[in-house]
Amino acid sequence: MTGYEVVFTLLGVVAAGSAVLVVTARNVVRAALWLVVTLGALAGCYLVLTAELVAVVQLLIYVGAVVVLLLFAVMFTRAPIGPASDLDTGNRPVAAVVALGTAGLLVALLVDAFRQAYVEVASVPPGSAAAVGAAVFRTWVLPFEVVSVLLLAALVGAIVLSRPDIGTAGSR
Amino acid sequence: MRLLFPLVLSALLFSLGVYGVLARRNAVLVLMSVELMLNAVNLDLVAFDVWLRDALHAGQSLALFVITVAAAEVGLGLAIVLQVFRDRATVAVDALDELADPDTADRHRRRSWSSPRVAGSDDVDLPRIGEGERL
Amino acid sequence: MIAAAWLLPALPLLAAAVGMLRLPRQTLAAVAVAGTAAATVLAAPLAVLTAGRGERGETSHLLAPTGAVDVTAGTLVDGLAGVVALMVCLVALAVQVYSVAYMHDDSRYRAYAAEVSLFTAAMLAVVLAGDLLVLLVGWEVMGLCSYLLIGHYRYLPEAPGAALKAFLVTRIGDIGFLVGILVLGLAAGTFRISGVLAAVPALPAGTLTTSMLLLLLGVAGKSAQFPLHTWLPDAMAGPTPISALIHAATMVAAGVYLVLRLYPAFAAAPAALAVLGCMAAVTMLLGALAALGQDDLKRVLAWSTVSQLAYMLGALAVGGVAAGAFHLLTHAAFKALLFLCAGAVLHATGSVLMSRLGGLRQAMPVTYAATVVGGLALVGVPPVSGWLSKDAVLDAAWHAARGEPPAGVSRWVAAVVLASALSTVALTAAYMTRLVLRTFHGPPRSDAAAADPPALMRWPILLLAVAAVVNGLIGARQTWLPTWIGSPDERTGVSAATTVIAVLLAAGGALLVAAAWRLDPAADPVRLLGARVAEALRAGLYLDAAQDRLVVRPVLRVARLVSTADTVLVDGTVESAGTGSQRLGRVLARLEAGNVQFYLTGLAAGAVLVALAVAVTA
Repeated sequence: MTGYEVVFTLLGVVAAGSAVLVVTARNVVRAALWLVVTLGALAGCYLVLTAELVAVVQLLIYVGAVVVLLLFAVMFTRAPIGPASDLDTGNRPVAAVVALGTAGLLVALLVDAFRQAYVEVASVPPGSAAAVGAAVFRTWVLPFEVVSVLLLAALVGAIVLSRPDIGTAGSR
Repeated sequence: MRLLFPLVLSALLFSLGVYGVLARRNAVLVLMSVELMLNAVNLDLVAFDVWLRDALHAGQSLALFVITVAAAEVGLGLAIVLQVFRDRATVAVDALDELADPDTADRHRRRSWSSPRVAGSDDVDLPRIGEGERL
Repeated sequence: MIAAAWLLPALPLLAAAVGMLRLPRQTLAAVAVAGTAAATVLAAPLAVLTAGRGERGETSHLLAPTGAVDVTAGTLVDGLAGVVALMVCLVALAVQVYSVAYMHDDSRYRAYAAEVSLFTAAMLAVVLAGDLLVLLVGWEVMGLCSYLLIGHYRYLPEAPGAALKAFLVTRIGDIGFLVGILVLGLAAGTFRISGVLAAVPALPAGTLTTSMLLLLLGVAGKSAQFPLHTWLPDAMAGPTPISALIHAATMVAAGVYLVLRLYPAFAAAPAALAVLGCMAAVTMLLGALAALGQDDLKRVLAWSTVSQLAYMLGALAVGGVAAGAFHLLTHAAFKALLFLCAGAVLHATGSVLMSRLGGLRQAMPVTYAATVVGGLALVGVPPVSGWLSKDAVLDAAWHAARGEPPAGVSRWVAAVVLASALSTVALTAAYMTRLVLRTFHGPPRSDAAAADPPALMRWPILLLAVAAVVNGLIGARQTWLPTWIGSPDERTGVSAATTVIAVLLAAGGALLVAAAWRLDPAADPVRLLGARVAEALRAGLYLDAAQDRLVVRPVLRVARLVSTADTVLVDGTVESAGTGSQRLGRVLARLEAGNVQFYLTGLAAGAVLVALAVAVTA
């Protein structure tokens, strides 16, 4: 096991463990916080894989914005701050089976296909952020622009959804 | 590093996300599980990008776009969840079964987890979709 | 003339059709009487031609060439047919005239008259039929008319049941009749009566006996012989003129006529004749005994008819063809007379129950005299007609018991017939005396103002009374009737021995009853036999109850079972197709629970399974 693998394994264990806690926590807020840990560990994984830009963006947006948004929603929907007993539906056993099935299938497939694959992490040239940025603004500029329009649309849509006096004016 | 490490981790995270989507009652928790699934996909994309040494960095770019779209989706999703909460005073996903077949009428509404009720709302006469009320 | 014999059934049929129109009552009555009168006018010269001069004729039209046994229709007119047709026409005419007065206040006279005309047409069709199938048609139409006419009084609670009973019991006999005709016709290769009779010597004995036995079933049903006799006493719920016409003179005589018609075939099947003889012997006694115990005037006469028909069939069984035919003719007259007198009593007093009558002798002298004449004829007292015919029957039985030809049966069967015939003579005298004494003598038990019937009812009675006396002249020459009916070897003679024995027996029976009656003129002489015996006699020796227990109830039970099976199984299957689909739909609707996670679970599980399947099979 190379050093990279060791580090990655550690980060992976943290990520997977906290992901387990996200989906099984009795406390909504705690689940959100475990999600933070998961996302952070994943950012670390990205770093190990030399995807620096993605790691930073992950931290900024996911941890910084999305989780905060989720916590806001938790507050707005009057979630019980303490442990609640009815956070899981009766679907649990079936869901567990399906998840296990998915996991088993995917893992078996991947292991079977990529047994010998090896990532030469060490030989990746440094400064991949610059390379990725250049790629985004050169090759992938059209999807970039489309995504920004998408963000605008999402923004407008969220506002329309949440304000009762917008959107139904004229039908009242 | 063996490519299997990120791939297996991604598969595990994805499965956990599937479990969360199928098993959690609170809509916000469901959205969190969706985020887990999206992150698993991101990890896969990045891992493959690095393994293939893609000159165009398609994988990482797509990962960035996924993050962006996920953010947008969470925003809108939470807006919908808040609207549902305003209407029903609950965000339990199994309480939203208006489209069920009328004969099955599995009307065990569990609204208990949002214990303090919204002032003014009550149990009876849950508003129906299509009554001209806000959606 | 003979070729126009088909007009005889056609004219009353036309009268029936016309009589269904909404015409004024007088016109309907005129149409009915005219139809029958026209038939009578034709029947008289026909009888003279065929019986007197011995001419015979046969017509036949091909109705349906079936390729195997063709279906033909036609007439067969010979002496037997001519004589019986004339008898039928005369009795029908008398009844039609009588009915005009009897039913003068009946609201459904139109239907009644038309049905009687239809019946007359059917009986004439049976008499003149040249084909077994035409005979069958007439037979069945008579059954239909009998059903309609028995149930004529819709306000009587027992009338519909009696009509249905008559129909069903005769129907059972008719099933055997139909099968017998088919067997006979198919074996002989033709349904024409003359053809069948010609083929009789060539038929195998088993086929012949089987078909004759089956035909006997029909005879037993139509002529009310044991065990299919139960319908006749109940049929008295119909109007009295109908009882006179159908259930005394004509329809019930159709069975006897059938045996007469097909006698050569019967004679060639001694087993069938033996069965007929035993059946007749049993029925004779049964009818006479039951008549002794009845309170209803008409029921006495009904049981008496059963007994007298057995006389005729017994005579035929022992080979006395002419004797049987003779008794048929005389019985028609005096039984119709007795029924019409009973009708007059009913019309005058409103009741036919002997326990409510009595002492009508002074108030209704004509009816009384006519009843006495009819009674004497029934008992067989010389010199009235019944004596000659009954004696002819006894004589035939006597000769057959002694083993002389042309007996068709073994000696012991003939002996049984003779014994029961002699016993029945005594019983007949007993019940007839009881009837006359209880109805016309003794203290009056009814306070109705009785009087003799009006003219239109009186004249048929008088004419029939004369006929009852004069009919005996048929036997004045011993060779007359035999030649008329086409069995010239017989003699309708009387012997001194049988006459003396019969008169003694009759006198004994009558005196016994008279003496018993003397003890208490207001009470029923039969009560002296004990309450249980009297009740058994009144209930027809409980044969009705036995029939109900053995046949009617099981059939009803099976019918209920079938009905339940139809509702549960057949309807249930059909309905359960619907309800089953609904239930399945409800089960499947649970898939539409509205729960998004449920749907997603299904999706994910399905995807996993498909992927697994692909991975495994690849």
